[in-house]
Order: sequence, then C-alpha cells, then structure tokens
Amino acid sequence: MKEIMIEATNIVKVLGEGAGRVDALKGINLALAGGELTLLMGPSGSGKTTLLSILGCMLTPTAGSIQIRGRATTGLGSEQLARLRRENIGFVFQSYHLFPTLTAAENVRLALDVRGEPSPAASRKAEAALATVGLAHKAKSFPRELSGGEQQRVAIARAIVGDPSLVLADEPTAALDSESGHTVMTLLANIAKDPKRALFIVTHDPRIMPFADRVLRIEDGRIAGDQRPGERKRGARALKLAS
Amino acid sequence: MTLFLTLASRNLFHDRVRLIATVVGIVFSIVLVTVQLGVFLSFQDMVTTMIDHAQADFWIVPAETKSFEDSSLLAGRERLHALSVDGVTEAIPVVVGYTSWRKPNGGASKSVLLVGAPITADGLYPWDVVEGSRDNLSVPDSVAIDRSYATQLGVAHIGGKAEINNQKARVVAMTRGIRSFTTTPHVFTSLDTARAYLGLPANKANYYVVRIAANANAALVRSRIAASLPDAEVLTSQEFRKRSRLFWLFDTGAGAGLLGSAILAVIVGTIIVAQTLYSSAKDHLKEFATLRAIGSSRTYILKVILAQALLSAVVGFSMAAAIDLALVKATADAALPVVMTPGLTLGLFALTLAMCAVAAVSAIRVVTRIDPVLVFAQ
Repeated sequence: MKEIMIEATNIVKVLGEGAGRVDALKGINLALAGGELTLLMGPSGSGKTTLLSILGCMLTPTAGSIQIRGRATTGLGSEQLARLRRENIGFVFQSYHLFPTLTAAENVRLALDVRGEPSPAASRKAEAALATVGLAHKAKSFPRELSGGEQQRVAIARAIVGDPSLVLADEPTAALDSESGHTVMTLLANIAKDPKRALFIVTHDPRIMPFADRVLRIEDGRIAGDQRPGERKRGARALKLAS
Repeated sequence: MTLFLTLASRNLFHDRVRLIATVVGIVFSIVLVTVQLGVFLSFQDMVTTMIDHAQADFWIVPAETKSFEDSSLLAGRERLHALSVDGVTEAIPVVVGYTSWRKPNGGASKSVLLVGAPITADGLYPWDVVEGSRDNLSVPDSVAIDRSYATQLGVAHIGGKAEINNQKARVVAMTRGIRSFTTTPHVFTSLDTARAYLGLPANKANYYVVRIAANANAALVRSRIAASLPDAEVLTSQEFRKRSRLFWLFDTGAGAGLLGSAILAVIVGTIIVAQTLYSSAKDHLKEFATLRAIGSSRTYILKVILAQALLSAVVGFSMAAAIDLALVKATADAALPVVMTPGLTLGLFALTLAMCAVAAVSAIRVVTRIDPVLVFAQ
C-alpha cells in the first residue's frame, strides 16, 4: 500500500472580504501518495494556485486541515511552517526563480544551506542532484548562461536535493518549448517513481498528461474530476485479453 | 563558505551603481565624522598643552578659574604658604596674560598670550627650542616664540625685535610645534619680564606649579595647602586639564559644534545607506520570497541583509580610512590638525558597522515580512 505524503481535508479558502470576497476553495479533499505524479488542471481562477499555496504551507486555509506525513499543520506559526517546507517540500516554479548571482551548483546548494547543512556535504549532494537532472557539466554556470530548459532542470535539482517527501510544481513547462518541456516532464516523471515522494503539478498544458499517474480537475474551487489514466489503460488491456 | 555570505556579496557587487552610491554615502559620512572628531581630539589636546608640559603635582589657581588662558591673579601669599607645608619641594610662580605685540616694522598690533616663569626653575618654559637657547630668556626683555608664528609676528630669526605692550622685546629663542588652538600666538619669557610687560607687582602670579617629595602623602599635602587659601583652589594636573577642556570644548560651544556636526554626518550617512539597502531589498523581493518559499527562516534572510550591510561598511570604511590618512598628513602642520588615534580608528570602524546595521533595518522590515506566495505571481 502506498504511503500518503500529504492529506488535505475539507479545505476552504476565502480571499478578501465584503464586496471583494472570493470563495477560492470550497471544501477540497485530497490525498497524494508516494510514487505518484498527480496533475491538477483547471481553468484560470478555478483555485489551482490557491490550492498549491495551501499544500505548500505558504497559505493558511480558512477552514480544513493539512497533514504532511501525518503531521498536522494547523496552528503552526510562519517559522514552523517554513521549517516544515524546508524539511518536507520541494518547489518548482514556472519562472524557475533561480538566483541570478549564484551558479547552478550554488542555487541547488541553497536549499540545503537554509537547513543549516554543512558546506562540504551540501556541495556533494548538490553535485549529485545536478547529475540526476543531467547538468553536472553546468555546475559552475550562472542562470544567464543556461537555456530555459536547463534553468528549469536546475530548479528541479534544487527541489529534490533535500530529498523531500513532496514536490510541488507550478506550470513547470509553461515557459518552455515542446522539446525542453518533454525533457523536463520525463525528468519529473522519473523523480515521481520514488515511492517515498509524491509529485503534484499544476498545469494548463495538455501535452504533459501522458506523464501523469493521476489527473485532478478543479472547477470553481471544487475537485470536479479524479482520473487515473494508467488504470484505465490497464483496465482496457485486461478487458481485451479477457475477451 | 556559507551561502548567505556569497549571496550577500554577489548581490552587493552585482549592482555596481547602487554599490557606488552606498560606498559614497559611507565615505562621505565617515570622512566628515573623522574630520570633526579628529579636530575635536586635536583641540582637546591643544587646550591643555601648557598644563601637560608643566608636569606639576598640583596647581594653585585662583578660585573659579575656568582654563589656563583665562585666569585672574592670586593674592600673593600662596607661594610661602605652600612651601611651609611638609612635603612640598617647589612652588613655582607662573604669569599668564594677553597683551599686544607690535611688529618691528610697525603696523597694527597683534594680540599674544604671554607666558612667564622663572628661567632657573623647571616651571613652565618653552620646549622644543630649535633656534637660540632657553637660558637667553634670563636677559631682560627677551622672549621666545614659535617658528610657525614668525611671519605673523614679523620676526624671521632670533635677534629680531618687536614691542610688547609698548615695551621693547627681543626674540632670543624659537620653538617648533608650540601652536595655539586660537589665532593668538604664545610668547614665552622670564617671570620678571612677563610681570614688567603686563604691569604686575613683583609678588603677583596667576598660578603656582607645586611639586612634592616622592614620599609625600599627596592627598594630605593638598588638603593642607588648600586649608588656608580661601580664594584659591588646589588642583591636580588631571583636574586642571578636565576643567580647561570642559570650558573650551563645551562652555564656548566649540566642542558641541564639532560633535553636533559629527552626529549630523552619521545621520546623513545612515539615511543614504538605508535608502540604497532598502531599494536593493525591493529589487530582490522575488529572490527573498523564493528563499522564504524554499523554507529559509527569517534569521537566514536577516543574515543575508546584515551581511550585505556590513560588507558595505567594510568597503566604505576602507576607502574612508585612506582619505582620512591623507587628511591627517595634509593637516599635520595646521593650527588644528586632524588627529587619528588607534582608538579613534577602531571607534570609527565600529561606528561604520553600527551605522550600516541600523541602516539595514528598513530593508530587513521589508524582506522579513515578505509573503512567500509572491513566488507564484508572474
């Protein structure tokens, strides 16, 4: 049985107040298991980024609870949430958010530095993470010397270097051409094979659906669909063999 | 090396225009503070130069004397009284007074401060004599002046003549480095000549330089001298220095003005550095939001900003120190030279660090309150 890495129960999020009040999330229930790549798709304004922010412990829900590997986040202060993030969650952003004055290796090492990991060990881990994304040879390059796809791979290395149980990605292929997008998704799909890690990707991009183990659809702050394309394929194959 | 230092230094040196603005702010501020405090220290030393060179155990001074230069006359019986106290070995009279000096070729007279003491006793005599001899002052109407005032007093070499208070004077010795902190030069002479120039009776003096035996009980001697001198005070050299400094530095407002300018320079420097650090923090908001998103603590971000501020301080101070050294050299022979002591240098470095740390507060407020959700904004 797969381990549940994060569980959201009846998440409600209200943004603004008075005439500007928006019910962004209206009771989301969700559990993400290790070894799975889950896509969250939906139209603009449906609540994707709000849900991602709440799962990433950057935004506090108005109601409901989050548990990361069994640990509840309710009532935690901003410093405790920051600690939870650095120890359990890796992030991949649409516009990479690399530090322009740091090299690729330093950008990756930063995720360990904020944890207080000693420099030599952190450097070795950063090199290994860059090797995982195929950029060991670009360790000393600055972001401006890398292509968009390479920058996103450095961002992925930064997200996984701390061995998090959850990787959250916001439109990781939106700024990339199709070839780079395919490379990045192949990489993320490989990372998602680790049973101790769940991958959750918010996207508009239908080209990446084949990489997903599970696809969630969100509409108007509610989960409107939850599909497992692989199971459907396996089910169809089983039916065909039986007949 | 931990990455917060790398990040701070790269952020700092990446934006050269902003770095230049920060460094200029620090240099401007610190050089200005150095000049003010350097002149303050110099002034503080110069106002006590006569007291320092007399090497007295005690000074008998008229009651309520405020400074060495500003004194009334003692009654005249103080010397004998002091010498009658067990333990006192010397009580040397010193006469001090402002009078007029007329150049040998005529023209307008100039004010000078006349200092007279017995030539045979080591009371208060001209030091660092570079031309002529101190012993020559025993001849009536003989005086010693500092070489730096030669042009001002119209006497180029020893042997030169002038008039003091309409009486003849002949320069028999020249010193080096006895500068006045005002525009009024010091003129040394013997006790009798000084009395004659100032029109004082033979038993009058402004001060007595008292020296005591090595084995004497200083506190006891002091109290016995003071006991029967109701119109005079008995001060240690340290007390007399302190009193003179307080008068010249604070009663006249000169020191307060220098310190006020120094404080203003620190405030202006802090504002300039704060402004550049604040705008730098605003420009790097997304990076700080990313740091927060990947789980950095507020302390880590605080360290980045503080390291940036302190690195600016080190760069700015190094440049300011180089300019300060040039200023010290350039003003070495001025009436009020800029003085740099190891203590002042260390103090200024600490002040620069503190100034930049305080300047970082506004930047710190911005970045530590940052919402990590900002990373999702495009």
